[in-house]
Amino acid sequence: MLQRLAFCLGLCLSLAANAGVKVGDEAPAVALPGIGGTVGITLADLRGKVVYVDFWASWCGPCRVSFPQLEAIRRELGPLGFEVLAINVDEDEDDASEFLSEVPVTYPIVRDAEGVTPQAYGIMGMPTGYLVDRSGVVRDIHQGYKKSDGEKLRETIKELLGE
Amino acid sequence: MKYLTGLAVALLLCGCETVQPWERGTLAKEEMQWQSDVMEGRMRDQIHASKEASSGGTGAAGGGCGCN
Repeated sequence: MLQRLAFCLGLCLSLAANAGVKVGDEAPAVALPGIGGTVGITLADLRGKVVYVDFWASWCGPCRVSFPQLEAIRRELGPLGFEVLAINVDEDEDDASEFLSEVPVTYPIVRDAEGVTPQAYGIMGMPTGYLVDRSGVVRDIHQGYKKSDGEKLRETIKELLGE
Repeated sequence: MKYLTGLAVALLLCGCETVQPWERGTLAKEEMQWQSDVMEGRMRDQIHASKEASSGGTGAAGGGCGCN
C-alpha cells in the first residue's frame, strides 16, 4: 500500500516537474486575437526572427518596468530581426487598454483571457518572458523583471541575432 | 460515520483550488491587500523593529505577482 502511494506521489511530482516549457524546448504555438478583437500576430508568423514572448497583466508591477525597456530594445534591434510578442492575460480587456494608454508600446499585443497559453508554457510568475530563437526554440526564460535586467536581456538577444 | 466524515472532507477539499500566477488580478487589487498603504506599513515595521529588536512575520511583499 505504502509502495503504491509512494509511486503515485513520485508520478505526480515528476509530472509537475515536467510541466512547462524548458530551455531547449520548441516554443508552444501562440495564435491569439489582438486587442479589440483584431487579428493577432501568431508566433508562427514571426518564425525566422528572434522573439521575446512576454506574458503580462495590467496589475503586475514589474510589467510596468519591462514595457519601456522592451520597446527600446525592439526599436534598436528590430531591424536586425528581433520582435516582441506580448500576451496579455487580464480578465478584463479595459484594464489592458488602460495600462497601454499609460505605457504605450508599438510591438504586437495579443489577448489570452482564458489562460490557455500561460498554462501551455507553464509560467510560474508574472511577468515571464521566453526568448525564442530564429528556429522556434526557447533559449532563455526570464521570470520577473527589474530595471537592471534590460541590459543583460539586450546582450542575450544580440547573441541570438548573431547566430 | 467514518465514511461520511471522509466524504464530507473530500467534498470540502473540492473547493480548494490553486490560483495560477496569471489569475491573480483580483488578489492584486488594493482592497485585497493586508495593509491599505504600503509606505505606512513599512514605517510601522521600522518602528516595530526598533522598539522590539525584531522584524518580519508580517507576510511577503508584493502585489500578488508571484515574482517579487
